[in-house]
Amino acid sequence: MDFSHNEQRRMLEETATRFLRDNYPLRVRHEHAAATAGFSRDMWSRFAELGLVGALFHEQHGGYGGTGFDIAVLFEALGRSLVVEPFFASLLGGSLLAELCRPEQRALIAEIINGSRLVSVAHTEPQSRYDLADVATSATRDPHGGWRLQGNKAVVPNGDTAESLIVSARMHGTQSEPQGIGLFLVDARAAGLERCGYATVDGGRAAEITLNDVVLDESASLGRAGEAFAALENAVGLATLALCAEALGAMQAATDMTLEYLRTRKQFGVTIGSFQVLQHRYVELLIEIEQVRSQLINAASSIDSGAPDCQWQLSAAKHLTGRVARLVAEETVQLHGGIAMTWEYGLAHFAKRLVMIDHWLGDTDHHLERCVMLARDTGLSATSAIR
Amino acid sequence: MDLRYSPEEQAFREDIRRFLEDRLDSRLREKVRNGQRLNKSDYENWHALLNTRGWLAVTWPREYGGTGWNAVQRHIFEEECCAAGAPRIVPFGLNMLGPVLMKFGSQAQRDYYLPRILDGSDWWCQGYSEPGAGSDLASLRTRAVRKGDVYVVDGQKTWTTLGHYANRIFCLVRTSTDGKPQEGISFLLIDMQSPGIEVKPIVLLDGEHEVNEVFFDAVQVPVENLVGEENRGWTYAKYLLTHERTGIAGVGFSTTALDDLRRIARVQLKSGLPLAKDPYFAARMAKVEIDLEAMKTTNLRIIAAAATGSAPGVESSMLKIKGTVIRQEINDLTRRALGPYALPFVSEALEAGHNQEAIGPDYANPVANQYFNNRKLSIFGGSNEIQKNIIAKSLGL
Repeated sequence: MDFSHNEQRRMLEETATRFLRDNYPLRVRHEHAAATAGFSRDMWSRFAELGLVGALFHEQHGGYGGTGFDIAVLFEALGRSLVVEPFFASLLGGSLLAELCRPEQRALIAEIINGSRLVSVAHTEPQSRYDLADVATSATRDPHGGWRLQGNKAVVPNGDTAESLIVSARMHGTQSEPQGIGLFLVDARAAGLERCGYATVDGGRAAEITLNDVVLDESASLGRAGEAFAALENAVGLATLALCAEALGAMQAATDMTLEYLRTRKQFGVTIGSFQVLQHRYVELLIEIEQVRSQLINAASSIDSGAPDCQWQLSAAKHLTGRVARLVAEETVQLHGGIAMTWEYGLAHFAKRLVMIDHWLGDTDHHLERCVMLARDTGLSATSAIR
Repeated sequence: MDLRYSPEEQAFREDIRRFLEDRLDSRLREKVRNGQRLNKSDYENWHALLNTRGWLAVTWPREYGGTGWNAVQRHIFEEECCAAGAPRIVPFGLNMLGPVLMKFGSQAQRDYYLPRILDGSDWWCQGYSEPGAGSDLASLRTRAVRKGDVYVVDGQKTWTTLGHYANRIFCLVRTSTDGKPQEGISFLLIDMQSPGIEVKPIVLLDGEHEVNEVFFDAVQVPVENLVGEENRGWTYAKYLLTHERTGIAGVGFSTTALDDLRRIARVQLKSGLPLAKDPYFAARMAKVEIDLEAMKTTNLRIIAAAATGSAPGVESSMLKIKGTVIRQEINDLTRRALGPYALPFVSEALEAGHNQEAIGPDYANPVANQYFNNRKLSIFGGSNEIQKNIIAKSLGL
């Protein structure tokens, strides 16, 4: 039993933390978020130069990380600084490419890693909510070879600035069947592809994407028939882990700010942290945050060991994260009082991200239900991450 | 025990409903229902409409131009306004200052200010909280020093809701540092146009300008603007905080918000079925519905007691806590109901008449920010923790 990270991962953590501490105060974050792209391309290049994007991918794909723990360590640091640059979209897009791309498409992963290309995944649809198998967008064979895509994609992360999009579309089967879903690499400037970008409540950007008879080459199709859904589930699994880790980092930042406030804010002639009722509420948060950290470790470990209960562990992590993130967001605001309601003070931005993380890749109810389903279907919940 | 409204009360409700149906501006109604921004004239028009019917000052006795309604009537009125999609009545002049002037103000103050509140000549804001005096309001430090015929006021107020619309502010100021902090506070009426006053916006977490900081630099206030006696302001402020607070539970707001949630849950789909039929979500909705159903009766029990003359005391605190927690829970569920479409936020779409196409369902845009904005409910007006202290204290603990 060893809960410490190896040398390389400790360095990753240190590099990211130090760089962000020196270069990414909240003021800078707000400037980036307010830019047209919703992030700074310059900062994205610097992150890439530092190797932070490479940490998301395995050596065989040109990175130097790619394990669950690498991703967790990096995203926790990103969460502490509320980074808005497109790590999440790149992890989703890059992981799918890494698993499915043809040899001649591998250069794309290198471009993601060096920061010159943004690849996002257009999967969610207006009706699909959090159901990964619900795909109504259609991919039909073109009589002259290749494919034609038709449909609508919703809330695509950084979908308005990505140069390439991996679009899921149904080749056959009914609307919510995992089988029959295909994945297609699409140039964001392709004829018939329209995108409408917008800001999201948590400081990022996303887009609605309309595919109106988008014509694609044969080579646009990723992976062999029937492989797409499993690859999607794996990539979404990594991205889910990333969100949990990011939330963990944001929870720590929010509680650190709150502790400082409890220690210094005076009312009734004493620091408000001397009130037992506030002490207990603060301590409750710390206990819950440790629970999130532990389940994050369980989920990362299950990914890295290829454990059969990996999906249950991930859903358990996302469920717990959603539950605790809301608690931390609401309680840290309440423990502060009015000051936390202001744009300027800063805590609110952590609170907003913490709450809205629940709306990406399945909320706390969705993942609770998924845990129940997985346990019923496979009996997997009874196993433990600690063996 | 009879939980029905009397025929008179039902007729009263009908009257109000008909009036709002006929006279409430449909554009204003749409703005409120769509969670869009309201501007100063929206509030002014709404006040003016009620004033023409004599229904603006719902907490005032008839002799001052009020409705003279009892607590049950006020409750019915509030429910109907919320259901009709009316804006709230801006409370500072009508529900806060008005009753204080009637009880503690001079005849001249009553004669001058009360009609001006009714006809919209004055927009009042509240100068209570300071950066160092929030929950511990009595520690406020804005000073008023008497020099001949004027008080000279120096200091700062904060969280001044809609202060950027106001032409007058009622303030708690320190006139003495002797004795307990509560004993050196006075209640002053100040013209916002006075030299030395500066209003600065505070942008809240949703990016909106709703509250302000107000700075006072050697502001001269005529001594006749003192309400009641010097150093007795704390008593008046406390009266204001406990007076007629039966609306504090926000039952009307919660009822409307729950209706909205139900409507949304019927059309939001999960795996092709309405979310309202999803057992997980339906259970969450039922739980808050139960809480609200019980609180409505708690509220009416307290209102009924108030209507027979017994002033609500700690019951107000109880209602404030339960009422805000329920509203916040409904906001939370509404946010959840939207799934991924809780994420997009198009600020321009908060303006009426915008030509932005909705991202996702047309009701989605304001929902997440309403959830965040309403975190204020458990903080302002005496945080829920302070309300619990008040209740505990009343029990001799």
